[in-house]
Amino acid sequence: MSDAATTHQGHADDETKRDFLLVSTVTVSAVGAALAAWPFIDTMNPSKDVLALASTELNLSAIEEGQAITAVWRGKPIYIRHRTAAEIDAAKDVKLADLKDPETDADRVQKAPWLVMIGICTHLGCLPQGQRSGEPKGEFNGWFCPCHGSHYDTSGRIRKGPAPKNLAVPPYTFLSDTTIRIG
Amino acid sequence: MSDAAWKNPVVKWIDYRLPIFTMMKHSAIDYPTPRNLNYWWNFGSLAGIVLVIMIATGIFLAMNYTPHVNLAFDSVERIMRDVNYGWLLRYAHMNGASMFFILVYIHIFRGMYYGSYKAPRELLWIIGVMILLAMMATAFVGYVLPWGQMSFWGATVITNLFSVVPFFGDAIVQWLWGGFSVDNPTLNRFFSLHYLLPFVIFGLVFLHLWALHTHKSNNPTGVDIQGDKDTIPFHPYYTIKDLFGLGVFFIFYLGFTFFAPNFFGEPENYIQADPLVTPAAIVPEWYFLPFYAILRAVPDNFVDVYGWLPVLIEAKTAGVILMFASIILLCFLPWLDGSKVRSAKYRPTTMFLFWIFLADCFVLGYVGAQPAEGTMLTVGRIATFWYFFHLLILVPWVSRRETTKPVPESISASVTGS
Amino acid sequence: MKKTLITALAAALLVSFGVSNVMAAGAGKEPPKRTWTTQGPFGKFDRAQLKRGWQVYSEVCAACHSINQIYYRNLVEIGFSDAEMKEIAAAAEIPAEPNEDGETHKDGERIMRPGKPFDKVKTPFPNDNAARAANGGALPPDLTLMVKARHGGADYVHALLAGYSNAPSGVEMQDGMSYNEYFPGAQLAMAAPLAEDGVEYADGTKATVSQMAEDVTAFLIWTAEPELEDRKRMGIKVLLFLIVLTGMLYAVKRKIWADLH
Repeated sequence: MSDAATTHQGHADDETKRDFLLVSTVTVSAVGAALAAWPFIDTMNPSKDVLALASTELNLSAIEEGQAITAVWRGKPIYIRHRTAAEIDAAKDVKLADLKDPETDADRVQKAPWLVMIGICTHLGCLPQGQRSGEPKGEFNGWFCPCHGSHYDTSGRIRKGPAPKNLAVPPYTFLSDTTIRIG
Repeated sequence: MSDAAWKNPVVKWIDYRLPIFTMMKHSAIDYPTPRNLNYWWNFGSLAGIVLVIMIATGIFLAMNYTPHVNLAFDSVERIMRDVNYGWLLRYAHMNGASMFFILVYIHIFRGMYYGSYKAPRELLWIIGVMILLAMMATAFVGYVLPWGQMSFWGATVITNLFSVVPFFGDAIVQWLWGGFSVDNPTLNRFFSLHYLLPFVIFGLVFLHLWALHTHKSNNPTGVDIQGDKDTIPFHPYYTIKDLFGLGVFFIFYLGFTFFAPNFFGEPENYIQADPLVTPAAIVPEWYFLPFYAILRAVPDNFVDVYGWLPVLIEAKTAGVILMFASIILLCFLPWLDGSKVRSAKYRPTTMFLFWIFLADCFVLGYVGAQPAEGTMLTVGRIATFWYFFHLLILVPWVSRRETTKPVPESISASVTGS
Repeated sequence: MKKTLITALAAALLVSFGVSNVMAAGAGKEPPKRTWTTQGPFGKFDRAQLKRGWQVYSEVCAACHSINQIYYRNLVEIGFSDAEMKEIAAAAEIPAEPNEDGETHKDGERIMRPGKPFDKVKTPFPNDNAARAANGGALPPDLTLMVKARHGGADYVHALLAGYSNAPSGVEMQDGMSYNEYFPGAQLAMAAPLAEDGVEYADGTKATVSQMAEDVTAFLIWTAEPELEDRKRMGIKVLLFLIVLTGMLYAVKRKIWADLH
């Protein structure tokens, strides 16, 4: 092989080496930049003190039959009603075809006497009345939203008025017969 | 108007309307840079990157910080403990400040050594001094925010200095405080200013770079660029060199951030501010120590040495004036230095005096951390005297009289010769 | 160039030496250096030790000192299970939030409730004045950051706790003060808090004064720097990555500059 050809081959090898070095350096730098960006993104995720309040435990033993309490979970009002037998039966007797947002009562409760819902009207976000005695419960004996006249039944389902969906049920677990953890 | 023929249609469309790509090509890619720059020229770009890091970490810290005297200290601890990566953001910001000053001080001394402040770069230099002042103001108000003991007492001492202003002094201090002592109004406004000033620095940096690009960089020989043989395009030569320098710097910076995050700090600032308890020693952060030494150097009977001269100026006032003067004086360096030769490489006497001046600055820094009494006070006074003696007497005198070594014909000649 | 670096290094050492020597007049005796499992780039917590330290804190120190940045939920980080942590929290009585009638007191007494994970560890006193009143005018400082808030850090805290001695002859003790050569000024209002077998360790370790001092100091290292393990672990990864990347950048730099020379 002539000298010129050897040199040419040598240069080509050098170039391939340089390309590989360049490509790998750029790749490693890019990975580094992504790893460096992650803390800035993750820092905006909920912090540990916020997550500590992400679930609330509640003792239900003080709530008598027919009574309701309002608790707070993740900044939202939680309606818990200790339903009477009459209220439970009324909830069960409703035909699905009559419901704007069809859901059986069984699908909305874990233990029939205890109805746990997020107390925010699914229309435009007001807090429906019906928690305290003396407050209007609406035509279906559940809850009544004064803002635009939505009526909810004893299972928290929308029966009349502009709200599109039933009152939402949060994730909760019974830790014992008398305590629940929401979230 | 775009010089280059951009091939990509999107790039072409944008550039025709806002020539950002042409500007980038002109300023950061084709930009002719002396071929002989050494690693002391890395520190400007490093400082610029640290400024961006400080703003980024600062913005995310501000998402969780509360500027109220009852909540500030706890909000910082919440960042350290509960906010995801909060400890990292906080330590990066804290150590970033120290890094920023290390880099800028080296950058300044580089300028002094190589005569980068000389014509036609006087304004570039002066804008640089303005950046330093803005950095010091930012660091000062920023240090108050965690509301530790040093935050509070450092703020008290330094704001009190403004009382030396004749006639208006006390009113000015009350105006700065927003009250009768450093308290909630002070903290709140310092937070606002701390968020604002870095963007002022950003603007000054833009002017600094604009001035730089007008006459291009200086170089270790101090000889002007004479032709294309003297320069190389900024990209890829100095982009890669700056990136390598950045890698080395990050090892240093993150080494401290992860393994010695409180090295540069003062333990006393982990105690919540207490207006009724003064710490045993009020010490500013290390980057202010030389100026703190100068502030405390003036003897009480500055003008009244014989006991019967009228005290024209109180020691406190003289100290404040000298402290600010030590920085403002730097603006006049282009005129104090009358040498026709830029680089200290070819000015042996100037080079010798430079090292003494540098050592003097370190001595001032050491003295600034000690109580202002005894031998240390004397040392501080000598060091302060030397600082001004160097700038006001030695530099003007030596620069106009010294025998310089022969300067290379050109930058390229110096490179091929070596 | 070399001259510059030597000057710079010498000067940097000088300044750091000077900065760390601020404790001139009235400084306490230099605390002896000890080894801590948390020191060095690979430092870790010894969770068994931290649990003992928590026991010393809660049984001895908590009578006067708060650790007001620590929540009960943080205790799972030192090795307690979720259930154990909730038990510890519930054993503490926390001032209750106002009830439905807006009351905070009943029969003149503050209404209390059992602690929850999201509560801060109960403070011994409701406010600084109460703390002073109970301690002859002296305010027992909060301990969360003590290890970071003192020169000498953990070494100092340990030396102080284990270093009480009788005042040498000639030293006049103030009323109610105790002698401790490690404390600046040598006299402090806190009497020696640790005594042999003062605590019966749950894990059976012998509770000597030195052991308790070590354990509670290690606990205070954790309260001051709970992120320590994560920080050092991440630091190793980051620095190794940077060393590799910087090496590569240097190689590219040399390649690019090669054709100039």
